[in-house]
Amino acid sequence: MSDPMAPGPSGATPGLGRTLLAVLRRDLARTAGRSGDVVAVLAFFVVAATLFPLGVGPGPQVLSRIASGVVWASALLAVLLSLDRLFDTDRNDGALEALALAPAPLALVVVAKVVAHWLTTGLPLIVAAPVVAIMLQIDSAVLGTLMLSLAVGTPALSLIGAIGAALTLGARRGAALMPLLLLPLYVPVLIFGVGAVEAAANGLPTGPHLMLLGAGSVLALALAPLAAAAGLRAALD
Amino acid sequence: MHRYANPTLFGRIIDRVRGPATLAGLALIAVGLYLGLFVAPPDYQQGESFRIMYVHVPAAWMSMFAYAGLAVSSAVYLIWRHGVADVAAKAIAPAGAAFTAIALVSGALWGQPMWGTWWVWDARLTSVLLLFFLYLGYMVLRDAFDSPERGARAAGILAVVGVVNLPIIKFSVDWWNTLHQPATISKLDAPSIHPSMLWPLLLMALGFTLLFVGIVCLRARAELLERRARTIEMQAALGGE
Repeated sequence: MSDPMAPGPSGATPGLGRTLLAVLRRDLARTAGRSGDVVAVLAFFVVAATLFPLGVGPGPQVLSRIASGVVWASALLAVLLSLDRLFDTDRNDGALEALALAPAPLALVVVAKVVAHWLTTGLPLIVAAPVVAIMLQIDSAVLGTLMLSLAVGTPALSLIGAIGAALTLGARRGAALMPLLLLPLYVPVLIFGVGAVEAAANGLPTGPHLMLLGAGSVLALALAPLAAAAGLRAALD
Repeated sequence: MHRYANPTLFGRIIDRVRGPATLAGLALIAVGLYLGLFVAPPDYQQGESFRIMYVHVPAAWMSMFAYAGLAVSSAVYLIWRHGVADVAAKAIAPAGAAFTAIALVSGALWGQPMWGTWWVWDARLTSVLLLFFLYLGYMVLRDAFDSPERGARAAGILAVVGVVNLPIIKFSVDWWNTLHQPATISKLDAPSIHPSMLWPLLLMALGFTLLFVGIVCLRARAELLERRARTIEMQAALGGE
């Protein structure tokens, strides 16, 4: 298989879109080659959620009351866990230098990598969420809202997470640092995500929560790649 | 070796400011505490326990003011690479974290008699706790690299990103109708607080600000000396002397 990062046959530099597509395909192919990464994230998600019935007791009333929060918090922690591989492999094999020199702004390269990260982390979590939620006795009427809130909110988790991953690149205890750095930035996502599900459970309109959540994702899309790119440049100097 | 943007001038300025600011700050705090704790009348609703306000409110103001200073210094450092801005940021962070901790602890002490609980997860308290985490994250991230410059840049970016939390803190009591009382001093022409209670508060705020400036100058001076010592050490090692 040819290296998608290599220049075309004529030696000409590829265009912006092709570069970003190549980055995306390369990251996806790498994760496909190591499917253990996705399994580990999903396993962490399920195990973390399993701790709650064991910790607070298996009573269905209690569980269904806290289910949406447990699913959201476990998904958030699973995303945190997955972030250390976002830029680390690129840094170790020298691809990060190549990406910084690629014929595309580094912030857009970050977006391409975040899309790959979301497809291999956020999307599996959304698919797995109903199973975990049903184990937690969630009201089946709010399952759709739960999945929708995750679909709208997890892109923000991946985008903001890219900042943390870029800033801790090469740090001592980088993975342990990540929760402390990212928690303050993740909390609004968690609050509005759970807020949407709670609103649905109480028969209230979910629109405002989902719109605020979407606004968070859009804001993160606008700003986080710039901050992450600045962090990557700092790591390269 | 790195040449810092005129640290001599910066050092001279902070030497000039350091002593007077610290002394004036301590004096104002002493006067403010006396007026607030002994002269101001008890609150008609909260009795004597409202007096912790004279520590709590200025500390909470300072926690946000210091973060704004941290973010601005970090931005200046990131944009223009002025080393002195990084010295300032490094000096501000622990002082800001300390004021945030004071605000959280004094708030808990105030909350216990008023609300019957040390802690509630209301919007203002939670967002200030997150501000405290941001300060901690800044300091730990700064420390987590072998190269001080790499740590300074990573932490600087974090400080700038964390600014999004400031408006959330400021407006949390207005946006969410929670247990925490809304701002009292928001209307400067006619604040909803009696002058005999207001004056000590303003003195305390000014005192805290000056003390903060004094502490930051002291820490910045220590940092400048440390950097100079490192440079001299490095030169000695390289020069073989």
